[in-house]
Amino acid sequence: MIAIVDYGAGNLASVRKAFGHLGAETVATNRADILAAAQKIVLPGVGHFSTLSALELGGLRSLLLGSIRAGKPFLGICLGMQWLFEGSEECPEVAGASFFRGDCRKFPPSVQSPHVGWNSLDVRNSSRLLKGIAETPFVYYTHSFYAPLVGPTAARSEYGLPFTGAVEQSNVFGVQFHPEKSGDVGLQILKNFCEVR
Amino acid sequence: MLTKRIIACLDVDAGRVVKGVRFRNLQDAGDPAECAASHASSGADEIVLLDISATSGDREIMLEVVRRTARSLFIPFTVGGGIRKLADAAAVFEAGAEKVAINSAAVKNPELITEIAGRFGSQAVVVAIDAKRTAKGFEVFVAGGRVATGRDAIAWAREAADRGAGEILLTSMDRDGTKCGFDCELTREVADAVSIPVIASGGAGSAADFVEVFRSGRAHAALAASIFHFGLEGLAALKQDLKQAGIPVRWPC
Repeated sequence: MIAIVDYGAGNLASVRKAFGHLGAETVATNRADILAAAQKIVLPGVGHFSTLSALELGGLRSLLLGSIRAGKPFLGICLGMQWLFEGSEECPEVAGASFFRGDCRKFPPSVQSPHVGWNSLDVRNSSRLLKGIAETPFVYYTHSFYAPLVGPTAARSEYGLPFTGAVEQSNVFGVQFHPEKSGDVGLQILKNFCEVR
Repeated sequence: MLTKRIIACLDVDAGRVVKGVRFRNLQDAGDPAECAASHASSGADEIVLLDISATSGDREIMLEVVRRTARSLFIPFTVGGGIRKLADAAAVFEAGAEKVAINSAAVKNPELITEIAGRFGSQAVVVAIDAKRTAKGFEVFVAGGRVATGRDAIAWAREAADRGAGEILLTSMDRDGTKCGFDCELTREVADAVSIPVIASGGAGSAADFVEVFRSGRAHAALAASIFHFGLEGLAALKQDLKQAGIPVRWPC
């Protein structure tokens, strides 16, 4: 069972639908017992970084941190990936999980913000999450803040500057783009996550 | 590199895709779920489904169409038509769409933009603007293009963006259904006035029209309906033409 963290950040239907299409069972929840019992956790999220402050309620944040440290496979999508970094200049009051170094920043003024649409993805070969995807993959993005390149960056895209499209380190995975809306490439990525042990 | 999006639009009346010129002479063009799937596999970057039903009483039929269409669609999916309040938008998201397009209701109650964006995020809110050249410049029309509002399309686009819209779907009523090219002047004026993406619509007839609206119109995306039905022009062929012309597109996909 894959638990999709429901903390009031928008629409979870698309993510659940994509996992369902792959034959994976999901549950959308904010309950500690269900999250603790799940084999894997997905943290979705759209919108403002401040939305993540909802994770403070009911001890969700420490529960997620504990699950990740215990080795449970974790996938952050969009805002959920940004949470894995230290924070975001979009909302400095809310702390990220600090699994990866650096803060998320606004795109430079040389490009229009938000960054919306299909962008190409430059993949590092050793990634478990991105294995088996097309040679010139395109993925669907919609965001105004980007995460910096770090050692564990698994794939980068360019928009005014190079930024982290996907990040991974042992059991912790994150994607800035929306795999659930990125066609066959996205489905393959979610399938890879389902198969992570 | 960020690519230019080609969006296939399905006009749906009473649960069926229809095709016509300026909402007249409607012809049946198939089942929405089948059309959406076939457009997606031919290379559409996104699907927009617009409910143009004359009767507004059939929300349940429409939601069922959205549900069926969304089931096996894994590219961005926008639904418009008849969304008047937050609860209408929520029902469409629940049925599987990622974005809603709001038009007349947003003009009547601009706060609706902020409300939906506040609950579901700006990326989920597309404000659709139907504009026509009149003595006032580019004027906004509502109610399926039947009612003039006296509002300036460029100013309205700016206001919609300020209120939290994530994208503007801009239709030139003068060009809609004519296949004689997008209104690049209108598109450019709106694209220059806002920082959110502008989707050009109305007038697509050839690959050259798309090239022009991406270059001189500065559109981020372009939408067409009728040219993609009945196999008049394959999406895949269009994308290859665009790629050859030097427009960045998602191809192969």
